Amino acid sequence: MNAQVGKGLTVRGIDKRFGLFRALADVTLQVHEGEFFTLLGPSGCGKTTLLRIIAGLELPDAGQVVLGGQDITSLPANKRQVNTVFQSYALFPHLNIFENVAFGLRSRKFTQEEIQSRVNRRLEMLGLEEMDRRYPHQLSGGQKQRVALARALVNEPDVLLLDEPMSALDARLRAQVQEELRRLQRKLGQTFILVTHDQAEALVVSDRIAVMNQGRIIQFGTPKDVYERPENQFVAEFLGAANLLHGRGVDKGIETAIGFFHLGQTPPWDQGTVAIRPERIRIASQSPARNGVRARVRETIYRGPNLDLWLEPGPLRVRTPSQRDYESGEEIWLELPPEGLVILDE
Amino acid sequence: MNRLLVWYGELTTPRQLVHRGLYFLGAGMLWLMIFLVLPGLVLIVVSFATRGAYGQLEWSFTVENYKRLIGFTLFGWTSDYILIVWRSVWVAFVTTAISVFLSYPLSFFICARPERSRYLWLTLVIIPFWTNMVIRTYAWFLILAPELPFAKLASFFKLIPPDTPLYPNAFAVYLGMVSMFLPFVTLPLYASVERLDWTLVEAAQDLYASRVRVFTQAILPQTLPGLSVGVILTFVPAMGMFVVPDLLGGAKYMLVGNLIQQQFGASRDWPFGAAISMGLMILTMISLQLYRRRSKEIEFV
Repeated sequence: MNAQVGKGLTVRGIDKRFGLFRALADVTLQVHEGEFFTLLGPSGCGKTTLLRIIAGLELPDAGQVVLGGQDITSLPANKRQVNTVFQSYALFPHLNIFENVAFGLRSRKFTQEEIQSRVNRRLEMLGLEEMDRRYPHQLSGGQKQRVALARALVNEPDVLLLDEPMSALDARLRAQVQEELRRLQRKLGQTFILVTHDQAEALVVSDRIAVMNQGRIIQFGTPKDVYERPENQFVAEFLGAANLLHGRGVDKGIETAIGFFHLGQTPPWDQGTVAIRPERIRIASQSPARNGVRARVRETIYRGPNLDLWLEPGPLRVRTPSQRDYESGEEIWLELPPEGLVILDE
Repeated sequence: MNRLLVWYGELTTPRQLVHRGLYFLGAGMLWLMIFLVLPGLVLIVVSFATRGAYGQLEWSFTVENYKRLIGFTLFGWTSDYILIVWRSVWVAFVTTAISVFLSYPLSFFICARPERSRYLWLTLVIIPFWTNMVIRTYAWFLILAPELPFAKLASFFKLIPPDTPLYPNAFAVYLGMVSMFLPFVTLPLYASVERLDWTLVEAAQDLYASRVRVFTQAILPQTLPGLSVGVILTFVPAMGMFVVPDLLGGAKYMLVGNLIQQQFGASRDWPFGAAISMGLMILTMISLQLYRRRSKEIEFV
């Protein structure tokens, strides 16, 4: 196999049906060793099913799961060097924090001294050393989440799976935990696979993202890739807001209902769509040299650091720093720079 | 006392609440007084009385009945009664253990059925309740009769002499007892299994647990509440059971329940019967207390 893959994980041609519903359709992906990989998609897109197949909690109808060159498709969960942080954390309520974290080591019959030192090291790493005699119901959501993380990491798995681990935390804490998780993964250099429906979270933590919809992977790429260069309408709209312009493809440009726009290259289709992020549209004081649109402000939405403007024609959405106010009905010039316009497939 | 308070959304006063509580509780309290507390007190008094020559009660108080229970008779010490009590505890224990052992797979099986047929299966478990206990026990006579395959099989393996029924013996007693008490364990256990959080099972699997470890760490703690109820509902009445051991065990298999029945019936020795009843009650309370303490140790949320 590919030497560079090392302890990496390969998923090949996975198919999974639940009755008539096709949860996964021919999914293939490769996760490199030491990578923070994210499966991003709306609920019901099959991302959790894929994670459970990797964990051994679900069997695929077809396809293979290969870990470090070894086919583990039919290996039971308790024999896989893979651990999971569950969405509900699934801490054992009758065991204290120390015993929860020690669970995997005890299952594998480690010696008492070994268990003591490994568990204590993890608890310390995650700032839980004071909590070791407490029970799960005595902890806050954030603490439980860290215990779940410690319980999985103490086994030093080849791959750590995280199933929406932050969905139960409040927004402030979530932002903080995302950064901590990113740092932790960098420090440990372990392979993490995260499942989430939160695009902001995916952008913050990941090395690479696979965007999923209806059981298929639609686009692979770095956070910057998938955000800046979405390949199709679904990715463009799922990862943040996007303005979509439909029109006729011409030489190095597109002819739309609101005018002609220059593109860096000639679109591969006759009829199609281009996308532009609201923050990539510039507001100009006078008619720009090219790709200009004269628009009227219909609505303004204050978002703290930013101001969102909904404009006619379009409707176009523009995100601008909120220093300057805009009146409803005010007429402004917009510039849609060619480097901000992304040609979408189909 | 005109203070107002909001009681689960209802505006009321403390005095009104107290009145209402007494009103609702009164009937139940009266019932318990007349049919439980008073007879209990009578039982205590009778257990210290003496049996007259013709089986009548004589009100000369003595502890003779209790001395007899722990084995002191006119003819010196005998282990007979202690043995009977011990055997009862043992039978109750084995009955409970077998019922628990059978109920776990049964509960999981029923929970795994689709919702529609699940209630059918539950009904099948409950149906024996609808049949009279004595009739049910007599039914075993038919099933264990010498002409039927069970007895034939047993005699083929030389477990019993040919052309004899599979009763009376200990096996028949356990058979009758378990079939009687199985629903008492299965139903509460089923209620626990139905609410089982399977992610804990998955978490245990994910953390390399063996089958045994999955059961003891992920399933047992979650089903403990239902199991406790089932164990108490089985163990306590099983200790005093007399119909089943009497019919299926014959005279050979005397349990404390039969003993008590005998004293109040054939022997007409009410004081001694009362003393045995008191002994059984004390034993039950001790077991419950031990059980409660044990379950407190493994208490969890």
